[in-house]
Amino acid sequence: MALLQISEPGQSPEPHRHRLAVGIDLGTTNSLVAAVRNGIAVVLNDHEGRALLPSIVRYLGDGRVAVGVEAEAALARDPRNTVVSVKRFMGRGLKDVTHVENSPYDFLDSPGMVRIRTAAGVKSPVEVSADILKVLRARAEESLGGELTGAIITVPAYFDDAQRQATKDAGKLAGLNVLRLLNEPTAAAIAYGLENAAEGIYAVYDLGGGTFDISILKLSKGVFEVMATNGDAALGGDDFDQRLFCWILERAKLAPLSAEDTRVLLTKARAAKELLTAHSEARISARLAGGETVDVTVTQKEFQEMTRPLVAKTLAPCRRALRDAGLDRSKVKGVVMVGGATRMPHAQQAVAELFGQSPLNNLDPDKVVALGAAIQANVLAGNRASGDDWLLLDVIPLSLGVETMGGLAERVIPRNSTIPAARAQEFTTYKDGQTAMSIHVVQGERELVSDCRSLARFELRGIPPMVAGAARIRVTFQVDADGLLSVSARESSTGVEAAIAVKPSYGLSDEQITQMLRDSFDHAKDDVHARALREQRVEGERMLEATEAALREDADLLTAEESSALRSELEALRKTLSCTDHRTIKSGIERVNRASEAFAGRRMDRSIKRALAGRKVESL
Amino acid sequence: MITLTERAANHVSDFLVKRGKGVGLRLGVRTSGCSGLAYRIEYADAVNPDDRTFESHGVKVVVDPKSLQFLEGTELDFTREGLNEGFKFNNPNVKDECGCGESFNV
Repeated sequence: MALLQISEPGQSPEPHRHRLAVGIDLGTTNSLVAAVRNGIAVVLNDHEGRALLPSIVRYLGDGRVAVGVEAEAALARDPRNTVVSVKRFMGRGLKDVTHVENSPYDFLDSPGMVRIRTAAGVKSPVEVSADILKVLRARAEESLGGELTGAIITVPAYFDDAQRQATKDAGKLAGLNVLRLLNEPTAAAIAYGLENAAEGIYAVYDLGGGTFDISILKLSKGVFEVMATNGDAALGGDDFDQRLFCWILERAKLAPLSAEDTRVLLTKARAAKELLTAHSEARISARLAGGETVDVTVTQKEFQEMTRPLVAKTLAPCRRALRDAGLDRSKVKGVVMVGGATRMPHAQQAVAELFGQSPLNNLDPDKVVALGAAIQANVLAGNRASGDDWLLLDVIPLSLGVETMGGLAERVIPRNSTIPAARAQEFTTYKDGQTAMSIHVVQGERELVSDCRSLARFELRGIPPMVAGAARIRVTFQVDADGLLSVSARESSTGVEAAIAVKPSYGLSDEQITQMLRDSFDHAKDDVHARALREQRVEGERMLEATEAALREDADLLTAEESSALRSELEALRKTLSCTDHRTIKSGIERVNRASEAFAGRRMDRSIKRALAGRKVESL
Repeated sequence: MITLTERAANHVSDFLVKRGKGVGLRLGVRTSGCSGLAYRIEYADAVNPDDRTFESHGVKVVVDPKSLQFLEGTELDFTREGLNEGFKFNNPNVKDECGCGESFNV
């Protein structure tokens, strides 16, 4: 017997045609799944009534896989086969993984992404994530009473193409139809219904279990643009537990503890932290394996004092994000709180002081991202309510372009363009008779390719031989709704084509991305200068080559005197090419131009004569 | 007469508060589905002149006169089956039902 849900007026589904869609927050510490039921977004709980699934997967020797609480319980016993925080490894190579030496895992470096050797075989981060998603999918199908039509998975705003692709692959591997990926801060903003609110700038402060992210979003016409992101990949609620744990050790005068006792006390510390959100004091009592007993009481004031430096550490990234976005706090219309740790009153207070306003906190900060994703999934699956005809768009985080002559990055799709996006640009050949062109796809905000990130390279072959600059090669960039890129190049006269789907081999860390953005601001002037220099060098080289070719062909058009004057200007130009001032090269080019003016005129006459030779006027 | 169980009424009231608008619950049937008729259960934002309304545990239930012929005497319940939960029609008019209970015949 089917259990029915209340629909919006006029939106009752046909029997057996329910379009069940879910939003999944695939977190570093915990994951959740949510859906819209009876017109309201709700998080789906497991049989024990728990919403949060710890993002922990344990691989056993018999091939069994334990996910969540069960895996967490084995963490101290079997750390090598129990994978925590796998999100940090998504789309990353071994050299991108920080503190490998502190990790208990047996890492294998493999092309594209790091892998982990476990008792159940070698696992990639995509497989581990898929094991988490499978549990959430089963929970959702049981809760909703049917197979899922589709799912939205959230990702941090700073995730690059490799990390997004890895997340999408994990969804597919878990048997989910991934409707799209959604930026976590955008999902949080949707949960608060901000996309229906007035246009403006919003900040999303996300203090999760092990990571801190701040995002500045700009809402205009129902589209959220990520203006800036910042954060600390090694700061989260767990650090507050750790701080309290250390305080307990000092207070109870305990010697360093065994792994098991540490786990017990850390759990107690976390419970005390949570209690202190609403209570003025919390008592921590435990009996350790060695027989000692711990019995201490911590007040809210003491807890806030000892963790104040941790709260302060979140504020610097907030200020940097505001600065990157070129804003002061008065422009921020609302601040959304995400992550369980934002429940702590002193975190709320610090954020209120920094932004000069009380943050939005009436939704459960642990669930807000999943709820927003569920609302968006419901719309994308076709269950839109009347009057709700918005389709939310995302933007690309870093500009995409190609390398041109001289190692310059030519932007094809600028950063913050809404996706899906498709843009084309025409390029041409540099040399006479050039039959192939190498296309190098890059990502970044800097002017020189060497300062950007290389995404892919491919070659377009079979260009018919033509003079330099005559061929027309149309390069098309296409970014799909998930921010994944494909690039194609087509020569117009013959239609020869080459294409590549960009599946970058490894990703950048969030620090690197923010660094890249910051560098592009810091180096703006240098970059413009470097660009001008390279452009003049390319132009100078082209000039030398073309003039020398002309001299070989039509030297007889010049007197010995003219010829030697031109040659000496060419020599002078060749020398300026190694200068670091683009103006010197430019004046060299101009001098060659002037010196070759008469020569060019005579060559033109000759070629016209050749073209006309033996033809009657009437036939022209 | 159409009634809600107390549990169903509590859930509907709760949903209406969270939704932030609506005057009550609209129940109805339409011809479709594998057994002829299918239930409709929607939020009511307005009551039409022809509609019949019932009050049950503080929730206004709105039914159009045509649907009422097939729903008279129905009690709407809210139940849980494993992780799934939702509304269930206990409709005395039903002669046969498709296995899923989403559509029926009278």
